[in-house]
Amino acid sequence: MRRFVLIAIPYLWLLALFLVPFFIVLKISLSDAAIARPPYIPQFDWAEGIWAFVRELDFENFIFLTEDALYWKAYLSSVKIALISTALTLLVGYPIAYGMARAPEEWRPTLMMLVILPFWTSFLIRVYAWMGILSNEGYLNQFLMWTGIISEPLIILNTPAAVYIGIVYTYLPFMILPIYAALDRLDGSLIEAAEDLGCSRAQAFWLVTIPLSRPGIIAGCFLVMIPVIGEFVIPSLLGGSGTLMIGKVLWEEFFSNRDWPVASAVAVVLLLILVIPIVLFQRNQQKQAEAEQ
Amino acid sequence: MTLKTLTMTAAIALGTSAAFAEEVRVYNWSDYIDEDLLTKFQEETGLTLVYDVFDSNEVLETKMLAGGSGYDVVVPSGTFLQRQIQAGAFQPLDMSKLPNAENLWDVIKDRTAGYDPDNAYSINYMWGTTGIGANVGKVREVLGEDAPIDSLELVLNPENMEKLASCGVHFLDAPAEMIPMALKYIGEDPDSHDPDVIAKTEPVLTAVRPYIQKFHSSEYINALANGDICVAVGWSGDILQARDRAVEADNGVEIEYHAAKEGAQMWFDQMAIPVDAPNPDGAHKFLNFILDAQNMAAASNYVYYANGNKASQEHLEEDVIGDPAIYPGEETMQNLFITTPYPAKTQRAVTRLWTKIKSGT
Repeated sequence: MRRFVLIAIPYLWLLALFLVPFFIVLKISLSDAAIARPPYIPQFDWAEGIWAFVRELDFENFIFLTEDALYWKAYLSSVKIALISTALTLLVGYPIAYGMARAPEEWRPTLMMLVILPFWTSFLIRVYAWMGILSNEGYLNQFLMWTGIISEPLIILNTPAAVYIGIVYTYLPFMILPIYAALDRLDGSLIEAAEDLGCSRAQAFWLVTIPLSRPGIIAGCFLVMIPVIGEFVIPSLLGGSGTLMIGKVLWEEFFSNRDWPVASAVAVVLLLILVIPIVLFQRNQQKQAEAEQ
Repeated sequence: MTLKTLTMTAAIALGTSAAFAEEVRVYNWSDYIDEDLLTKFQEETGLTLVYDVFDSNEVLETKMLAGGSGYDVVVPSGTFLQRQIQAGAFQPLDMSKLPNAENLWDVIKDRTAGYDPDNAYSINYMWGTTGIGANVGKVREVLGEDAPIDSLELVLNPENMEKLASCGVHFLDAPAEMIPMALKYIGEDPDSHDPDVIAKTEPVLTAVRPYIQKFHSSEYINALANGDICVAVGWSGDILQARDRAVEADNGVEIEYHAAKEGAQMWFDQMAIPVDAPNPDGAHKFLNFILDAQNMAAASNYVYYANGNKASQEHLEEDVIGDPAIYPGEETMQNLFITTPYPAKTQRAVTRLWTKIKSGT
């Protein structure tokens, strides 16, 4: 009985906060848009029975997504931006995590605090601060012109570069923390052993440290990549009008076209794009756990 | 004795809690009222006023269509109002509770009846035009003394835009404003709902697209005032705000607003009561308070927008009623046009066209 309760709690959680909302969205995605409150006509109701629903089932909103190149281009562009920014975040985050794990014991809580500290400020305010830093008359350009490195201001704000800067900055802690957790547990004697057995420092890093921190790297990459695919705030504040992302397309379907069914269809497809990597990741984790046993 | 005191205390407690319970929740555009009016309303009526703000019609519309917003008074613009009335989002006004409605101005009422037949669901709060804001000094520096700052030629002719690109141009990120403007420029009906006619705006807007720094519906206020950009297509009151901010900052930036001489779009922000408003009676009190000539004048004097209240005009300050950018002359008024909401299919084509113009996809 106790075991049953223990298992039931996470499943109830999943049911209430993931499956129920998902089915509501799925139901809207199978409806038709209308001028009404709410602005769609349900194509089925439970009273008529499930068979009436199944007979009338059509996927026109999903078919519509395949008819216009906009949608797959936006999905593709979002995945591309997510992949590049995850790689950049890893490049910046790994050395920081490594440095933290190698720092003297008494410094570590402080360093950890410094990584988490930005969360105390609103995310929106931090993105707005970047607008102040990156704009043509912003602090970065003022500084660079003052040092004489450049004579004309660099145009960064409203370009893809600004989007990448914003994403790497915002998601960096999500990369650092799991990698740090993995490196912190790392047994230093393993590296000594590798070096005793003839590895150079670089080889020991590549052959021992990296593989042992792999779970942290994978966790960090997923924690960054998954939310970035659906990111809306950073590209709309820092990016230009040309930055195409699925979050923006979703916003337009919902708010400009008032087409909740198509917006829901976009969301369902986005969810599938997000869920598949999570499932693969979990399998990977399980396999590893089994292999360790 | 003790019992009596207790009963009295209870009665007073109940009385005050009832007074606290009566709230009016108003959802209006940001920076759109003289806040002294809010205090005045609470003092006059004894009602508690909860005043929240929004900055996009789309956000308001989504709340209205989803229902259960909890607001008693909301302020959608014309075409949005019309669609929300069709969707059944508002309740008809009870004119017997709005004695001040006689102050309304027929010139505006006639036009708003296009969105809200017989003005049964809404009263006009403010109205204005969509036009061109220019940093006069910089534009003349780039285009010469005879720069067409009061004409669509300035922002839709690629030759002018190519030169202006160096000092920065912002367009509204609102297809419902930009498409009618482009239609007007090529001599088509700005309120056309024919997708083939609307498609004609694509080459016009694509030709100037490379010279537009940003499509955004509010950033241009600061950008114009600071001198970061030299031209913006935007809403009258916003550009006048930029003008005043530049004057206050004394930074040598001189902004002028013009409704394009070819014809400009007129818009109306209308106060309405949601069908599920918790306190419709309080909502009517708020509308009647706003309809008061002095109160409406105070709001216009503060935000520099024209209102639809004829009786308020004698209380307006000279720099409001006398400014043709706020209260246009008879001739310009004739040239202003209104648009009606697109049907769903056309709306989709318009949004799609707009995405294509902006992102090239």
